Amino acid sequence: MAKHSLTSGAGLRTDVIGTGLIMALGLLWSIFVTAKGIEPEFRIQGATFLGGFMVGFFILFAYVFSGQDERKDEYMDGVVRAGVIATMFWAIAGLLVGVIIAAQLAFPNIFYFSDFGWLNFGRLRPLHTSAVIFAFGGNALMATSFYIVQRTCRTRLAGGVWPWFVFLGYNLFILVAGTGYLLGVTGGQEYAEPEWYADLWLTIVWVAYLLVYLGTIWKRKEPHIYVANWFYLAFIITVAMLHLVNNAALPGHWLSSNAFPVFGGVQNAMTQWWYGHNAVGFFLTAGFLGMMYYFIPKRVERPVYSYRLSIVHFWALIFIYIWAGPHHLHYTALPQWAQTLGATFSVILWMPSWGGMINGLMTLSGAWDKLRTDPVVRMLVASVAFYGMSTFEGPLMSVRAVNSLSHYTDWTIGHVHSGALGWVALISFGAIYCLVPWLWKRPRLYSMKLAEWHFWISTLGILLYITSMWVSGIMQGLMWRAYNEFGFLEYSFVETVEAMQPYYAIRTLGGVLFLAGALIMVYNLVKTARGDVRRSEPLAAPANA
Amino acid sequence: MWNKHKIFEKHSWLLSIAILVVVAIGGIVEIAPLFYLKSTIEKVEGMRPYTPLELAGREIYIREGCYVCHSQMVRPLRDEVERYGHYSLAAESMYDHPFQWGSKRTGPDLARLGGKYSDEWHVQHMTDPRSVVPESVMPPYAFLDRPLRLEPIKAYMTANTLVGVPYSQEMRDNYKADIIAQANPDEGDVSAFLSRYPGANARVFDGNAREITEMDAIIAYMQMLGTLVNFEVYEGEAEEHLR
Repeated sequence: MAKHSLTSGAGLRTDVIGTGLIMALGLLWSIFVTAKGIEPEFRIQGATFLGGFMVGFFILFAYVFSGQDERKDEYMDGVVRAGVIATMFWAIAGLLVGVIIAAQLAFPNIFYFSDFGWLNFGRLRPLHTSAVIFAFGGNALMATSFYIVQRTCRTRLAGGVWPWFVFLGYNLFILVAGTGYLLGVTGGQEYAEPEWYADLWLTIVWVAYLLVYLGTIWKRKEPHIYVANWFYLAFIITVAMLHLVNNAALPGHWLSSNAFPVFGGVQNAMTQWWYGHNAVGFFLTAGFLGMMYYFIPKRVERPVYSYRLSIVHFWALIFIYIWAGPHHLHYTALPQWAQTLGATFSVILWMPSWGGMINGLMTLSGAWDKLRTDPVVRMLVASVAFYGMSTFEGPLMSVRAVNSLSHYTDWTIGHVHSGALGWVALISFGAIYCLVPWLWKRPRLYSMKLAEWHFWISTLGILLYITSMWVSGIMQGLMWRAYNEFGFLEYSFVETVEAMQPYYAIRTLGGVLFLAGALIMVYNLVKTARGDVRRSEPLAAPANA
Repeated sequence: MWNKHKIFEKHSWLLSIAILVVVAIGGIVEIAPLFYLKSTIEKVEGMRPYTPLELAGREIYIREGCYVCHSQMVRPLRDEVERYGHYSLAAESMYDHPFQWGSKRTGPDLARLGGKYSDEWHVQHMTDPRSVVPESVMPPYAFLDRPLRLEPIKAYMTANTLVGVPYSQEMRDNYKADIIAQANPDEGDVSAFLSRYPGANARVFDGNAREITEMDAIIAYMQMLGTLVNFEVYEGEAEEHLR
């Protein structure tokens, strides 16, 4: 047992000491906040951190004494398995909150409770967006990146216990941010709502993530860094930059939860949408393209279609994306030169986006039959198709004339969901369908039939969602600007709200279907992981069925 | 030529630095000039920092996530100007940390809400939106009738000062007196309050003079939205305002 101590192996366990030190400081800080926070909400947030760090210490001790890190000759997959479980947990949570808030807009008399202000749309909506983007998407990215970087570098994750620190620390951030929204703790900038202390904690976790990732690449046994890793690296580095700049904020007192952004007004708006659009570009696109570049070739057993195309589209994508933010601010008080720059680059962005789509789709060359026989491949390919569709729609909506109609309407919401459900969720689901049998060492999924059902139910859900939002968005945009024959505005605002009702109901149904598909997936994965998998090999599907 | 790319594929530090340089350019070009180009924010009369009560109301507005359904940005389009009022100026949000321009209008724009409805209407509408607007999908905010917490507001004013909002020492020291004077003029020193915040509304906003509630704060905030600049004298077509 003496081996499993602070000084095992090559000497001092810097990973254990480092993570322990950070958590000890965090523990001290959270005790102060729990006791002394100015706002009662801050004291609850402090207590949440306190609980998190205590659990963290417990896990650290368990890790040190388990001897898990002694197995230097194998991949570190425990943290990836945990990441997959967290991904599915947050998927269900985020989708469920989405269904609830969709139902609130469709049936406000049923789904609002005047005694429970914390269940109001305004507090649940940030919970939904963060749970889906950062919790579900973030965990999917971390889990897959940890899996992929090990395989493509043929080496174990660097840093000993640090990957666990990254994974658990990130989820603690999610927990604090999410419960904060319910309490009304928010920075008030979309997709950047967590307050200053949660942002600081995320910064620490993110630096650790970058170092684990780079550390693994540094000790690779492959001469080349595989293309998927370029995308993950761009995602990690750029998100760090965006996070630091956009969340620069000062509280009036270190025991106050409420910080105020350093930039105000028009500069704040520009910075926020530079951040906001690149949360899409780098969190929801670059990272998931990394996923695409590993799982599609792997699943269809074909090499990536074009190496040159991947080089061109990588550099073009990351260079151009960062300019696109101001298209969120057309016709606002932002100077027009900035709006024009944003729109121009948004239109140019169409090209590298489709370069990526083509590279993903054409990887199926010679294996198109798998589209018919393997629902997981179909899911991966459908996700890339949705990626292509929403990256065509985006540039279209960034054109000033189109934007004057579409902005502030549900068209934007539909566009986001064709990306988030169609692209991000489907590619993650496809990747996880691949990963679970690999990680739990099962020959195949519990049921291909259920995966098939999942695919069709969720696709139907997405289609209901985005078509209803197209109709409601374009309709409301047209109603706002409609004039009657006397030259007066035709509709009052509330008449345009009333007209949305059927589409909000259809959207809710779409969300329910997508959630149902995800629940089927969870059942399928649990059965797979538990080993309820047929041992015999099923017949291959006929080639020309 | 394609062989040259191998250098990035073999050196992770080079790849990382190249990524950082490539992704930094767009932001630098688009963001940095906004801080030194004088035309970014036009000069207008009338802008003042929020009163402590309005600031508290604004924090409630943010806390409740009002910005996810309401914009505060009237675009210079014919229908918007006719529906909401004069298009928004950059100067009108110069003291907004964070800005609340919004991105979605599930409900109407609020940039020019101030003075459009009576206080009583707002109380009724916030308490039970569908009792005054049957088709509304807004959540109820009856719980805002609870007392406003005054202590944190000092910290909020300090923070605003740190990020550039011109609150004076006198304004920060008198935050409590100013809240009382604005929400319950019979109890406070209104003339001192108005000397610090000229033209501000001072009255019992929620109809309940016994205590200062969150409802007072949010209505005080809503009733001043878009009212600081006098558009009867503002010349939007003047040379210095064309950007």
